[in-house]
Amino acid sequence: MTAPIQIKSGETFTLNVGPQHPATHGVLRVKMDMDGEYIVNAETVIGYIHRMHEKMGELKTYPQFLMNLSRMDYLGALGYSHGHVLLVEKAAGIEVPERAEYIRAITVELNRIASHLFWFGAFVMDLGGFSPLMYALQDREYILDMLEGITGSRLTYCYYRFGGLYNDVDDTFLAAARRFIPRMRKSLKKYHKLVTGNIIFRKRLEGIAPLTQEICRKYGATSAVARGSGINFDVRKNEPYSVYPEFDFDIPVYHECDSLARYNVRMEEMEQSLRIIEQGLDKLPDGPVMPEKKPRIKIPPGDYYQAVETARGSFGIRLVSDGGKNPYRLKLRSPTYSNMHLFDESCRGMLIMDALAFMGSLDLVIPEIDR
Amino acid sequence: MIREKILQELQGLFPQAAEPAKTPPPSDVASEAETEKKKPKKEEPRANGVIERDYKVHGYHIDAQVSVDQLLGAVNILDKLEFFIESITGVDWIKEDQLEVIYDFSRYDFDLCRVVIRTRVPRKDPSVPTITEIYAGANWHERETHDFFGIKFEGHPHLIPLLLPEDADFHPLLKDYKA
Amino acid sequence: MSLTLLNVIVAVVIAIAFAALNAAYLVWAERRGAARIQRRPGPNINGPFGLFQPPLDGVKLMAKQLMIPGDVDKALFMVAPVLAMAPAILSFVTIPFSEIIVAHNFNIGVLMIFAFASMGGMSLLFAGWSSRNKYAVMSSVRAVSQAIAYEIPMLITAITVVMIAGTTDLMGIVHNQMGGIWHWNIFPFKNGLFNPLMLMSFLIFFTCSLAETNRAPFDLGEAESELVAGFHTEYGSMGFGLFFMGEYANIVIGASLTTILFLGGWDSPFALFPGVWWFLLKVYLLIATFIWIRWTFPRTTIYGLLNLSWKILIPLSLFNLLLTAGLLKVF
Repeated sequence: MTAPIQIKSGETFTLNVGPQHPATHGVLRVKMDMDGEYIVNAETVIGYIHRMHEKMGELKTYPQFLMNLSRMDYLGALGYSHGHVLLVEKAAGIEVPERAEYIRAITVELNRIASHLFWFGAFVMDLGGFSPLMYALQDREYILDMLEGITGSRLTYCYYRFGGLYNDVDDTFLAAARRFIPRMRKSLKKYHKLVTGNIIFRKRLEGIAPLTQEICRKYGATSAVARGSGINFDVRKNEPYSVYPEFDFDIPVYHECDSLARYNVRMEEMEQSLRIIEQGLDKLPDGPVMPEKKPRIKIPPGDYYQAVETARGSFGIRLVSDGGKNPYRLKLRSPTYSNMHLFDESCRGMLIMDALAFMGSLDLVIPEIDR
Repeated sequence: MIREKILQELQGLFPQAAEPAKTPPPSDVASEAETEKKKPKKEEPRANGVIERDYKVHGYHIDAQVSVDQLLGAVNILDKLEFFIESITGVDWIKEDQLEVIYDFSRYDFDLCRVVIRTRVPRKDPSVPTITEIYAGANWHERETHDFFGIKFEGHPHLIPLLLPEDADFHPLLKDYKA
Repeated sequence: MSLTLLNVIVAVVIAIAFAALNAAYLVWAERRGAARIQRRPGPNINGPFGLFQPPLDGVKLMAKQLMIPGDVDKALFMVAPVLAMAPAILSFVTIPFSEIIVAHNFNIGVLMIFAFASMGGMSLLFAGWSSRNKYAVMSSVRAVSQAIAYEIPMLITAITVVMIAGTTDLMGIVHNQMGGIWHWNIFPFKNGLFNPLMLMSFLIFFTCSLAETNRAPFDLGEAESELVAGFHTEYGSMGFGLFFMGEYANIVIGASLTTILFLGGWDSPFALFPGVWWFLLKVYLLIATFIWIRWTFPRTTIYGLLNLSWKILIPLSLFNLLLTAGLLKVF
């Protein structure tokens, strides 16, 4: 479809998508000027769920802030916690036992699969296919049950502590994780047969919303948005942290730049996460999960930065410390914030249903944008 | 390697620095803790310049403090060398009566180099030129910094509150803001 | 049938009762079918297998307050749901369920049903326009262009069948196909007439019925995830109930018409015991396929939809029409 930017009918009307709308996955408002079904201009209005986590970061001590991180991106909460604990451990010089790092990697990858499954179900539902959502959520239930056994929560986990974990994994978890891997591989094959190969689905996504590498760079887009445009960037490989150098996995990169490429990237990421979990379970060393002496959190003045790869992209935390008990400034760089920002510029000239499919392919979680 | 290149180019912004920028003593944990135990003497504010940091401790490679006029030059250098903008934020140094704006940049390829650009402005009427012409993604980051600190970005196309309500006239992250 | 008043009234009442019962219980069937595909139970609380769910839903809808937003165009707003339901129910009057079960058989049955179907398209326009809601207007524009685009291949394939049967009388069309499965219009061999494209005509007609009734994958008119609820966003309680029932009644009409035109009506596959039970079996098999398709496929784009109709279905059905005409002339 060619994109007419000039207004054919001579007048536009304003359509408000959201903040209450079935497609926007949270409270997001997009003010669109439309010419018939084509978008002439779009302006994203966010801030409906802004809770000022950064101020809480200044008012709370380091351990008290641990639970805030899972409230930001509730679908991929463990990735965020991982970034925060890695940052404080790096700044304060705390040693983490190896078993704890392996378990952290395994649980982060499980959480990544759960987040991608939810994205998959919601995305296909946005396009009109209501059934894959139920299957995806069923698979996600297995993961949630596993993680509930060790952490106690189903969604907003607070599992990592400075120095390690607060609870070791037990045999139930390990056995369930091993059972889960072949089951998930079978499910992925089913999804590919049912959804990826479907011609209606492909026609909805092929060629929609092409994002060049230049626009990704100008906006700082990461994760599937960048990898679908041919940029080979994943924090786990480009800037390795934790025990990721020990694992052998690939980063899926597609060059078509359209929504189908972003979809394919995420589906393959699930497969690669399964590989990491398998290797993690094989290599899991014995040992304690917390250091013997309780670590004291004394951070010298200065500023520190840590980036991790969450389900939605490169999450960064910047900590400015003045040596006290609370951080002087804690900045949370959310990946969806940068990813969402390119929507305004790229959706000009699209049909509204293509724009909504584009939003779905960006994998938005609004509380993460608003923090 | 890109690190030497970017170091050279950024140092080119400071032509008057005859001697190369001194690296401060490596800021690892032991010496800092010792200095803290002693009576803290009045530290001099850091001068404008480029410093290399220990990546393992701080998480980034190059730290450049520029003045407000040199900001666009520095960002242009980074844009030409294919960096992407990671985030823009501010810090309120109320004791020194200054606000600091911090720009984070990083790269997509495997030649990793994280660059941080800082600039300081006085707390009364803080104003910094916008970089939206160079990096379009700075639009929202600058709006957010304006929301939280009150820093005006000159030349910004649409500087209205982003995360706070449209009619908000308070700036929550300032240290003297009491809810 | 004799035209005494009592007969006519009884026949019409039975037809309407059949339509209404079908519309209500199709909802139940759809919910159970969707649940089965999605691996969950579906309604199973109210009554055995959830069979009391539709009447209870009907009571709930009737008991709700009938809200009319202040700014709407009242006359059009209230006419639209009625206009959605009435033509569907009226079309039932002329559909022959078997040799003797038909409310009133017109000798221009095919034409009448298509005329009523076109009236249903007007209700989309009225509903969207009068709601004074941008989402409703957008969706009704889409729905009307879809309805118009898909009526044409439907008509053309129906004309093909009419040419073969030689009459627009629905009973006459079925009589033409009596005698077992090989005589049905879906298969190519008929009285020495060899037309391999009839199967394709059946598929075209089936697709158009899907599109005419706004069923997925062609449900852009009520695309939930984009336009909230499309042209019936502003309707509550019984207004929504009428649209709903009208859609399901249209589905039954579409399936019945497909059966009569292509699958031999009440004929049995082996010419044994023809009767209304075969008709109902075929209709319900087609409806089960409608439900199956809805819960499997995502939605098409508006351009994909219109292109499919104007660029693919219409040329194919025209070609089939010409081919049939030629073959009829020759043989």
